[in-house]
Amino acid sequence: MAEPIVQVKNVTKVYKRDSMQIPVLQKLSLDVPEGEFLALMGPSGSGKTTLLNLIAGIDRPTSGSISVAGTDIATLSESSLAKWRSQHVGFVFQFYNLLPVLTAYENVELPLLLTKLSKQEKKQHVETALGVVGLADRMKHYPKQLSGGQEQRVAIARAIVTDPTIIVADEPTGDLDKKSAEDILALMEQLNKEFKKTIVMVTHDPHAAERAHKVLHLEKGELIN
Amino acid sequence: MIFKLIVKNIFRHKLRALLTILGIAVAVMSFGLLRTIISTWYSGSNNAAPDRLITRQAVSFVFPLPLADMQQIERVPGVKAVSYENWFGGVYIDSKHFFSRFAVDADNIFTLYPEYMIPPDQLTAFKNDRDGCIIGQKLAEQYNFKIGDIIQLTGDIYPGQWQFVVRGIYKGSKPSVEETAMFFHWDYLNEYLVKNNPGRANNVGWYVVQINNPNDAAQVSAAIDNLFLNSNAETKTETEKAFAQSFVSMSSAIITSLQIVSYVIIGIIFLVLANTMVMTARERIREYAVLKTLGFTAGHLVTIIAGESLSIAIIGGAIGIILTFPICIGFGKAFAMFFPAMVMEPMTFILAGGFAIIIGILAAVFPAERAASIKIVDGLRQVG
Repeated sequence: MAEPIVQVKNVTKVYKRDSMQIPVLQKLSLDVPEGEFLALMGPSGSGKTTLLNLIAGIDRPTSGSISVAGTDIATLSESSLAKWRSQHVGFVFQFYNLLPVLTAYENVELPLLLTKLSKQEKKQHVETALGVVGLADRMKHYPKQLSGGQEQRVAIARAIVTDPTIIVADEPTGDLDKKSAEDILALMEQLNKEFKKTIVMVTHDPHAAERAHKVLHLEKGELIN
Repeated sequence: MIFKLIVKNIFRHKLRALLTILGIAVAVMSFGLLRTIISTWYSGSNNAAPDRLITRQAVSFVFPLPLADMQQIERVPGVKAVSYENWFGGVYIDSKHFFSRFAVDADNIFTLYPEYMIPPDQLTAFKNDRDGCIIGQKLAEQYNFKIGDIIQLTGDIYPGQWQFVVRGIYKGSKPSVEETAMFFHWDYLNEYLVKNNPGRANNVGWYVVQINNPNDAAQVSAAIDNLFLNSNAETKTETEKAFAQSFVSMSSAIITSLQIVSYVIIGIIFLVLANTMVMTARERIREYAVLKTLGFTAGHLVTIIAGESLSIAIIGGAIGIILTFPICIGFGKAFAMFFPAMVMEPMTFILAGGFAIIIGILAAVFPAERAASIKIVDGLRQVG
């Protein structure tokens, strides 16, 4: 068994809405080994997206610790956390979240603007990433000129272009038709198998979850298996 | 790439960007026009020669001074030359056709005012013709007056029908010198008064005193005024600049109002741009959250938003400044009698450009603060 690359220990997350306190995760612990393809499932409000956000470092736990590749991310400052995210995490969103004014190439290039790579190196990285997702011939297209499946593939290229430690995906097939969803899942499977990427994916779709090595279910903020 | 993103964001909503830029341009142009009107208002005093003094009645310039004072003034140490003028008033066609009309000492008034450039033959013709007059180039152009034409005025201060023959047309030595006045012989006016109203004869409106050294203006002024202390017509002598400014100060309330309006316009520019930037930031909160997710910091977002705001302000400001030139020139032509020479000062354009930049930065403050402080998870929930 590989060493866990993600270690979640006794994490509690409570959201505050006005005077109300809404507990979302309760003393949750989880290890994700390196190279794992993990699917998180559960009903709406079960806390799966919150857990994903915590692992990705875009939200902070109320208590507990989260370690990714040996870094306790809960203790990092905002600026350190931003830098850490740019180096270690690739994000895939349900609604792609590409910038509409940028081409596919420019969207994929965005994370590289925060690196010290030369222009030529950036170009190589972007072309490689777009090649991996099969969109080398669409790099000058704007998002509105692409299908939903193609947009999501651009988003995946953007997620892998920095060669991150983990890829987190929040309902990556939730907005796609069946055929496109299959293509995206196949691509993610390829990233995991061929490129040894650790993937944590939130999904409602049992077919999508079947592609994962492991499926965990959350309910009311707790892992139930 | 950040610069490219800023440029692409500016023109994401082309119509909105265009209207905002046009709004800023019109506001900057209006600011420039108002400031130019104010500058022009003051330009008369700015054109004043430092070696010229004006001696007038101490009570008010509307009261005359005896012609006999001239010889005494000429003898004051430091005085180089003395001439005199008299406001005539009168009506040409009707009261809407206004231009300045002065009865002057035809022999030497133009020696004291070298900025009025008159061809020597025309000046000689004027001096030799008691009914003659000299008019400014712009006045001649406006009414198509030519040498030899007759100008008929209806007197108001000095009742009667008055006819003058155009003997000369002067040009200003620089653009700010007005070219819309009319000068004729004081002797012609005085002859009429001797016959018809002797009590008003042999008086002048004010004296123009040329001095040897501008640094002696205060002493010479005091010496002249001391000559007429306790007389029936005590005098007040001041530099030509101070004399001109006393006219400007009469309209200080209007000038102040124009200045206030010019700054209100700056406020309007701010509101126009701030509104655009707030709408823009609200629509893009989700994108800002995505950028933050990718590792962009609050500083990056501030740069993107401030860059966009500043770019719009600078583009609009530049267009406004460019448009100010033709607008001011057009305005000057349309109101040539009131604004003989529009004075566009560099400071006006520096202020307009400076305000555009400051407003570009200020308009970005609120949206940038909002984008920088929003939590990623909240931003990602926003529907764009």
